[in-house]
Amino acid sequence: MTAETIIQSLASGLLMGLLYGLIAVGLALIFGLMDVVNFAHGEFLMLAMYVTFFLFTFFAIDPLLSAPLAAAALFVLGAAVYLLIVRFAMRAKANVGMVQIFATFGLAIVMRGLAQLFFTADYRSVPNSWLGGKTVSVAGIYLPQPQLFGALVAIAAFGGLYLFINRTDFGRALEATREDPGAVALVGIDKNRVFALGWGLGGALVGLAGAIMATFFYIYPDVGASFALIAYVTVALGGFGSVFGAFAGGIVVGLVEATTALILPPSLKSVGIYAVYLLVVFIRPRGLFGSM
Amino acid sequence: MLSVREVTTAYQGLVAISAVSIEVQKGEIVCVAGANGAGKSTLLKSIAGAERPRAGSVTFDGKRLDGLAQHHITATGIAYVPENRRLFPRLSVRDNLRLGSYLYRGEANREGPLDLVFQLFPRLSERLEQRAETLSGGEQQMLAIGRALMTRPRLLMLDEPSQGIMPKLVDEIFQAVKRIRDAGMTVLIVEQRMAECLEIADRAYILQTGRVLMQGPSAEIKGNPDVRKAYLGL
Repeated sequence: MTAETIIQSLASGLLMGLLYGLIAVGLALIFGLMDVVNFAHGEFLMLAMYVTFFLFTFFAIDPLLSAPLAAAALFVLGAAVYLLIVRFAMRAKANVGMVQIFATFGLAIVMRGLAQLFFTADYRSVPNSWLGGKTVSVAGIYLPQPQLFGALVAIAAFGGLYLFINRTDFGRALEATREDPGAVALVGIDKNRVFALGWGLGGALVGLAGAIMATFFYIYPDVGASFALIAYVTVALGGFGSVFGAFAGGIVVGLVEATTALILPPSLKSVGIYAVYLLVVFIRPRGLFGSM
Repeated sequence: MLSVREVTTAYQGLVAISAVSIEVQKGEIVCVAGANGAGKSTLLKSIAGAERPRAGSVTFDGKRLDGLAQHHITATGIAYVPENRRLFPRLSVRDNLRLGSYLYRGEANREGPLDLVFQLFPRLSERLEQRAETLSGGEQQMLAIGRALMTRPRLLMLDEPSQGIMPKLVDEIFQAVKRIRDAGMTVLIVEQRMAECLEIADRAYILQTGRVLMQGPSAEIKGNPDVRKAYLGL
């Protein structure tokens, strides 16, 4: 194993990690806002990938251009899921936590079933997109362009999210609702609106990730499951509900995955992630940046 | 200005206030006094929309409020400071105040009432960057009132502002209430400390087990022999 191989895989791991962060951040945002885990998060990602695929196949819109459209579509989906499903699940008179879990878990199964019904179980891909399959070479290290682009989008998205949360009135309303949803009406804020926009924002972020994933990953109804699992680990690593913990958690997951792949056979590349996850759970259960 | 007519509110079948009627005129300070559990807090919650009355009506400047969502009621010009204050504990004093002006976020002069808030409670201006949870009880009450003032209310409703506060600050807060009225607002205040409350109020209601027991100008209530014996310990 040469130094070059190590640097090469750490660099790819870093890029992938940033993308993992982008996939996970919507989950963290929604959990932080209202203590609800969206078990359909992977299916949100799947749908974003299909949106990108169809826009490419039928309208020849490159994923680079359709990414904002996928984000917009998933914004609408996220807000609708809150307003039509989660809002009612939260009104349960008993076992609210369970009702929420089954509501979003059920949604995941329905979305997967509908995808199989309408899109079939076939593996799809977006061939010959502008970035697909291309690499750039930096000082002898080859970086795949889709992942590089994804990493840049992830950094930009986190930067934008940071400014949005810390510099805008709506961001402040989001923070206030997260602190005490029962108190925001005292200053005239409608918590349902904040929740709906929070879900929309969470959807838009995973929508962005899905558009990028579509350029280098197969698209099929179950594609969300494995990425959702990684997203849960990312969120738990970073600290449940911490938006910027998801960023750091994503990077850790990406690097650990790349390192594991260097040492163990490729089929075991996920082992490292879950080992680190267990370690964090034992040593620092609130995650790296959690405040619980 | 505010007219509460025959309002009944119940929690899970338990009636907390029963057919309570009160009136508040513009520019008044009205005190609602009574023992623990008399239904004072429930009355304010029913007006603010935090609880939905089972019967009766609440009218504010001719507009029916009962049944409106709480955030809409805030927007009509009623600011409510609940008993437990409900600040945003991990946000700074500045952010808490700024959230108070959320309804005016499009306006250039959205933080207009800030001058009044700092005049009333100068110590808030020294703690702007501190998290709300690090303030003392009295300062948290000041911040809660300050945040309420930022919503530019015509009617300010305070639930037990003296609770959990050292005596020196209690006086400061009651003095602030008078100055808030002088600044053109109307105040409805709920208190267990009847003596102090009657001192600043124009009129008062006494609630007992969910009903209005007595009402009238403060001086009259203060002079009532039953009140002096039962509530003022004289």
